[in-house]
Amino acid sequence: MARRSHVQTTINGETVEFLCEPRQSLLEVLRDELHLTGAKEGCNNGNCGACSVILDGRLVNSCLVLGVETEGKSVETIEGLAEPDKLHPIQDAFLENAALQCGICTPGFIMSAKALLDQNPNPTEHEVRYWLAGNLCRCTGYDKIVRAVLDAAAAK
Amino acid sequence: MLENKDYKVIGTRPIRHDGVDKVTGRALYGADFQMAGLLHGRVLRSPHAHAKIISIDTSRAEALPGVKGVVTAKDLPGAEDRIADLGEGAVNLKHLCDNVLASDKVLYKGHAIAAVAATNPHIAEEACTLIDVEYEVLPPVLEVRQAMEPDAPLLHETLKTTSMGETADEPSNVASHIQHKLGDPEKGFAEADVIIEREFVTGTVHQGYIEPHNATAHYNQDGQLTIWCSTQGAFTVREQVAEILQYPISKIKVVPMEIGGGFGGKISVYIKPVAALLAKKTGKPVKVLMNRADVFEGTGPTPASFIRVKMGATKEGKITAAQGYLAFEAGAYPGSPVGPGAMCIFAPYSIENVIIDGYDVVVNKPKTAPYRAPGAPNAAFGSETVLDEIAEKLGIDPLEIRLINGAKEGDRRADGPVHPRIGFIETVEAAKAHPHYTAPNGKKHHGRGVASGYWFNIGLESSVTINVNSDGTINLIEGSTDIGGTRASIAMQAAEVLGIPAESVNPSVVDTNSVGYTAVTGGSRTTYATGYAAYEAAQDVKRQMIARAAKLWEVDEANVQFADGEFSSINGKEEQISFRDLCARFGETGGPVVGSGTVNPGGAGGAYATHVVDVEVDEETGKVDILRYTAVQDAGKAIHPSYVEGQIQGGAVQGIGWALNEEYIYNAEGEMTNASFLDYRMPTCLDLPMIDAVIVEVPNPGHPYGVRGVGEVPIVPPMAAIANAVYDAIGVRMTELPMSPDRLLKAMGKI
Ligand code: FES
Ligand code: FES
Repeated sequence: MARRSHVQTTINGETVEFLCEPRQSLLEVLRDELHLTGAKEGCNNGNCGACSVILDGRLVNSCLVLGVETEGKSVETIEGLAEPDKLHPIQDAFLENAALQCGICTPGFIMSAKALLDQNPNPTEHEVRYWLAGNLCRCTGYDKIVRAVLDAAAAK
Repeated sequence: MLENKDYKVIGTRPIRHDGVDKVTGRALYGADFQMAGLLHGRVLRSPHAHAKIISIDTSRAEALPGVKGVVTAKDLPGAEDRIADLGEGAVNLKHLCDNVLASDKVLYKGHAIAAVAATNPHIAEEACTLIDVEYEVLPPVLEVRQAMEPDAPLLHETLKTTSMGETADEPSNVASHIQHKLGDPEKGFAEADVIIEREFVTGTVHQGYIEPHNATAHYNQDGQLTIWCSTQGAFTVREQVAEILQYPISKIKVVPMEIGGGFGGKISVYIKPVAALLAKKTGKPVKVLMNRADVFEGTGPTPASFIRVKMGATKEGKITAAQGYLAFEAGAYPGSPVGPGAMCIFAPYSIENVIIDGYDVVVNKPKTAPYRAPGAPNAAFGSETVLDEIAEKLGIDPLEIRLINGAKEGDRRADGPVHPRIGFIETVEAAKAHPHYTAPNGKKHHGRGVASGYWFNIGLESSVTINVNSDGTINLIEGSTDIGGTRASIAMQAAEVLGIPAESVNPSVVDTNSVGYTAVTGGSRTTYATGYAAYEAAQDVKRQMIARAAKLWEVDEANVQFADGEFSSINGKEEQISFRDLCARFGETGGPVVGSGTVNPGGAGGAYATHVVDVEVDEETGKVDILRYTAVQDAGKAIHPSYVEGQIQGGAVQGIGWALNEEYIYNAEGEMTNASFLDYRMPTCLDLPMIDAVIVEVPNPGHPYGVRGVGEVPIVPPMAAIANAVYDAIGVRMTELPMSPDRLLKAMGKI
């Protein structure tokens, strides 16, 4: 087994230290080492967006980032989005719009939508569709997801 | 169109009960399961599409540090060549076992051969490369018509065609032939003024759920086997694993974790028995996960097919006869959905003379598995395209010809059953009246198409238990995996009976030790049948609570009534108590109230859909864009309309993918060359407009609230609707799926 490296990073605002092998992706580290299983693996090669997290303000597929690359950086995951007594407006909008069926894609879509609204608070439908094209959902046909993101933008 | 006058809860849109867990990332799916001491399993898969296994040597893998155990088909208790009934129909046990771990032959690239358990997934993967397998490579059979040729290489030396009760003498790749006949087709065609006959080819497509298959298994020292997994049916996993491992069901507990999509593809077991074998061998819990390529290459796609459809009609548009020939690829083992395809092909119409032949044919591709209305979309692509051509020849509006011929209550389907009250005509009328259909559509290269579809839906067994809480809420225990919001739609039916809000129900999906037998989440049965069981369980609660009120008031039970959430006494004493207040008094009236309901209902009630689509065809690139889409469907009664719409939208979009992009692309050696989401191109949100879902409600007489299954039928019409729209746009009839840019350019004579 390869020697494990010590990594210090910030996850959802908290300083976190972990050991990981150089070949382990951020997704593996989140899920298997830190038990943050909200980011999902749908493909492990950047095609589905189920593993989306925000790294230093940028939306990334965590399956394409190595765990060791997060040294000194800041990671936002789905687990950090809600406040203790209140959901994030995007989460509320997903529930109100019934924008999930099986829900496996949902954490990825919500993180992706957050990254969009952080930089473009008033997107058009086309901008939403363009931005979310990196996230696959097989259940919903996207209609209600797009509406949820537009609603969340309007609610802000 | 949605009426709500009689109901308080049904027809409303509460937040789903598992919603917060699913938007916060807290919901635990199969792959999220963790346990101390967990080993990680990995499956070695065949690089060849067709080969004899000469030998398997696992010694180098076993010697790798970190490897704790290796299994092959030798570790399965000798699988006999016999038929077992596993709820979802009869299954040949040897085929079932060989598909889990190949014993003598590999029949598709990706066929599982061996599996390794190791201390981490990377070691397990590395160990797989150290397993030495010697093959004798055989020529693959990759297409249904080729497989049916008398001199085609055989997949199974012992497989012989059964045709209507008779078994042939010689082995063949054709596992079975079925036929349905109604009236006198020859006479019917002789009466026709116009006859159209066309041939169609459809590609192999995958369900495409985003969550790969997963399973964790653990044997206790007392022999108790527990499996945590994503599945459409925990009980069917228990049955299949029991058969494959020859192990008693009483010693197997299956814990259904949250499931990330299935669409029919998570009913068959693949790695669940493998995880169990590895757990047995190592004495440790073992988790096995598939990657995306494993999912494409090793789990059930839905069949490629060759279809011939002939229909004849009078000048007035009355269909006089219809003939269907359906040859479906079963994949490596028999069991394609040609049966359901044959049941559905002409079912939207009342036709007096029909003949349908169906063939189930093995080829060197993964064993097919159900996919949303399995078989019906292939069939409807043929029949709904031919009907469009007939309407065009006769100068009749395509929705009008559906009204002229539409099936109604009392009409007989070609395969036998007589329709109960159905809502086909209502879907066509709603489509015709929709602003989409009346909107102008005249631009160059723009086209509009329509098509309809049928799915019969199923009932099957379900159990529900309700524990009533002292604060007037209930805990509802069910066994149906929730893939798309069924906790809500089931809870709402119990809430309606008891006059409580949907939020007063806490639904839980539990393991096989904790609820009565419940069949799979499939066949569009969950809101129908498990909802029916919830209705019965709530009725049971109501009966018991009436008895409690009677006891409290010392009156006869017959003198207690329940309405609007209040129990009251009639005939004499003026007593009244709310549901909630009575719940607080269980202690003094005889202890807790637990209600139960079990059903195996026969009246599932078929579902119909009619879709309208506008497309734009780019004549230079051959690309088809969906401009507008309207999907009309009879839901019987929409319990939670948002999730009904979601099913309609999701099904339509899967159909759009099937129509335009999705297919397994094989090379001559039988390797799938596009086994990734990038190359197997499913629709993204950028490819699509909003999908207008229109719910029509023609109550199903076979359910207390009139529910019909809604999940499957929306995938049936899109392929033909889009093909008809493409024709309208550019005057070319597309008879091959998918209608990808290269096929379109070819059809237009551009390449
Ligand atoms: S798992 Fe990372 S993009 Fe699919
Ligand atoms: S809700 Fe199932 S994949 Fe999106």
